[in-house]
Amino acid sequence: MNGKLRIKAAAVALAAAGGLAWAADAAAQAKEIFVPVLVYRTGPYAPNGVPWADGFVDYLKLVNARDGGVNGVKLSYEECETGYATDRGVECYERLKSKHPVAFSPLSTGITYALTDKVDNDHIVLITAGYGRADSVDGAVFKWNFPLMGTYWDGADILVQHVKKKGSLKGKKIALVYHDSPYGKEPIPVLEELAKKEGFTLLKLPVTHPGVEQKATWLQIRQQRPDYVFLWGWGVMNSTAIKEAIAVGYPRLQMYGVWWAAAEPDVLPAEQAAKGYNGLALEHSAENNLPIHKDMIKYLYDKGKGTAADKKEVGQVLYNRGMLSAMLTVESIRTAQAKYGKGVMTADQVRWGAEHLNIDKARIKALGVEGILQPMHTSCEDHEGVRMARIHTWDGSEWSYTSDWYTADYKLLRPMIEQSAMKYAAEKGIKPRDCKKEM
Amino acid sequence: MIYRETGQFKTTYASDQQLFPILQDRIFVVAFLAFAFGAVPFIATDYLFRAILTPFLILSLAAIGLNILVGYCGQLSLGTGGFMAVGAYAAYNLAIRLPSLNLLVVFVLAGLCSTAVGALFGIPSLRIKGFYLAVTTLAAQFFLDWAFARVGWFTNYSSSGSVSAPPLLFFGHVIEGPVEKYLFVLSIVCVLALAAKNLTRGAIGRSWMAMRDMDVAAEVIGIRPLYAKLTAFAVSSFFVGIAGALWAFIYLGAWEPLAFDVNRSFELLFMVIIGGLGSIVGSFLGAAFIVILPLALNQFPTALGIPISTATISEIELMVFGALIVFFLIAEPRGLARLCAIGKEKLRLWPFPH
Repeated sequence: MNGKLRIKAAAVALAAAGGLAWAADAAAQAKEIFVPVLVYRTGPYAPNGVPWADGFVDYLKLVNARDGGVNGVKLSYEECETGYATDRGVECYERLKSKHPVAFSPLSTGITYALTDKVDNDHIVLITAGYGRADSVDGAVFKWNFPLMGTYWDGADILVQHVKKKGSLKGKKIALVYHDSPYGKEPIPVLEELAKKEGFTLLKLPVTHPGVEQKATWLQIRQQRPDYVFLWGWGVMNSTAIKEAIAVGYPRLQMYGVWWAAAEPDVLPAEQAAKGYNGLALEHSAENNLPIHKDMIKYLYDKGKGTAADKKEVGQVLYNRGMLSAMLTVESIRTAQAKYGKGVMTADQVRWGAEHLNIDKARIKALGVEGILQPMHTSCEDHEGVRMARIHTWDGSEWSYTSDWYTADYKLLRPMIEQSAMKYAAEKGIKPRDCKKEM
Repeated sequence: MIYRETGQFKTTYASDQQLFPILQDRIFVVAFLAFAFGAVPFIATDYLFRAILTPFLILSLAAIGLNILVGYCGQLSLGTGGFMAVGAYAAYNLAIRLPSLNLLVVFVLAGLCSTAVGALFGIPSLRIKGFYLAVTTLAAQFFLDWAFARVGWFTNYSSSGSVSAPPLLFFGHVIEGPVEKYLFVLSIVCVLALAAKNLTRGAIGRSWMAMRDMDVAAEVIGIRPLYAKLTAFAVSSFFVGIAGALWAFIYLGAWEPLAFDVNRSFELLFMVIIGGLGSIVGSFLGAAFIVILPLALNQFPTALGIPISTATISEIELMVFGALIVFFLIAEPRGLARLCAIGKEKLRLWPFPH
């Protein structure tokens, strides 16, 4: 019996080794443009990753179903599960690289850092809409990174602008409760710079991944009583933070989350008790009745082809953001096709497209996203395009805007961006491009 | 029948004590190395190099290091991730602060830094054993996690905590591209695996195994426990440190402290247990099991064309992987290396029944 079991074990081992042969690269479809989708539908970040992924994939499906592709060229896509882990993200990148992808959107600042080194050699666009390296705005050094719509430095600056309106910040205390990862640490340089300028004290409170252990952090906040708390969390860390704030009695009115910490999965666990929680709204909030959403329902959900499990997810905050991410990828492809001809685009051509995006009011209206996207214009030295945001507040059952549009202080941020980019270029031995020559 | 050593007479002590006494073994190893060095660079795809072979080789080196500590010396250690981090950050700091140093020198010095830290955290092993020692090494893991996340000097005061490796200069030539990286890692792993095998066959290895089997008796016959245990920690940390530096520089390229967290320590411990405690070959087999199998499971349904959502595939991968671990440990508790050894024994008779 023991011997037979051992033989079976050896047989299984051989079969598993043979299973490796199945991991062969599939032949790329020559007539379609391949867009890989790095998602996390499992793990502690899944509650926030799932609606983003649904919005992204839905938009790609919509372009195929409603428009017949981008100027007639259909999009093919494949999801790859990363679980927000950097090494799985790198493995997904390597796996999907053989299918000639045009642009990756990793939805993780950690994975973005790891891939930034690789895309330079592999010539693949990295679109990090609303996240990623803040210094990759400088396209002279970061040729292949596009932090479209906004970076965390913009978010930090806009939050400080907003709370400054409520009264001078001199002598006040602002606590930053952040996810202890590159994502959470990104805003610290800007907040420290602004602390010196405006005269407030910055209290840095890191929370270790995955972020469910926050009792000590919030006890500290109860002791120190900061005037404002900025939340830079992701996944279950956000909902835990709000629940802990309720437990220690910190007023939600004084809490401000970055645009990744101000969505339905974060506030719904606490529902009415989270009333008054504010967050940054990057271009959009939870609008769900714009022409684009109506198209989603008409072309996808009514025919049973929608990605989200529940139709109500269409129009939620993170769904909208995923949708806009995909939209910007498609617009980059379209801009490239305007120059290089209406066929299958290569990554180099899509990079040119992403660097010459010019989405004006008329185009926004034609895309059906009027009201959730501001006109944007990218260039060699500005890979961001636009840096505006508003504040939206949760009233117990839905989000509503509670401020006007803010624009990040580019005069303050640009020197910091260039300094950081130059440091990276010196470390990696990259020669920065001359933007004036390229234009 | 094929594997019998009839007719192979050893006439010198040297030939009797050699690493592979059986001729068929020697032929197999030489052929395998020739295949790995000479044929694989031409036939494998980019994906195989970058995502499967390179991480497999680097983690098998770390598994060899941990096997020396846990398998040969019997000191249970859960701090391997932290020692890999020491190697990685030491290599990073050496590479950016002394850019003129050769890459090999950087890695060896990083290994020596890890040796020092490993020996330091190995001192409690002189007083505590077994699971209590595991907790001490776990403390080392968390302490090193904290140090690399909080102390700015280690990450060159990077605001995001993420650091990226400088270009790999090796005797004037920049190592880039998957094939070059694979060959570089393969050479280092071959040399260090040979060193590990010879260490375990020598006097120092025997003192480790004596400490593992019965440390009181070993002390009675004159083996110094301080020397044996600290050298085990030191040598193990050297291997693990170099593996950490390779992992960071060659595989990841840019990393944050989370890349070397406690999950990495557990992963390496599982590799060693499943591969076989006290076996160098077992380290390779265990690393292959833990690195390659989940990826194969993940891509199996897509390769067959079955339309399942990625979330379902991930969950199935976890379940099947766990079930396979349980199955293998029930079938052969002494690991895959023992299965291989039994296979070799059966080969001596095959195809005859007796």
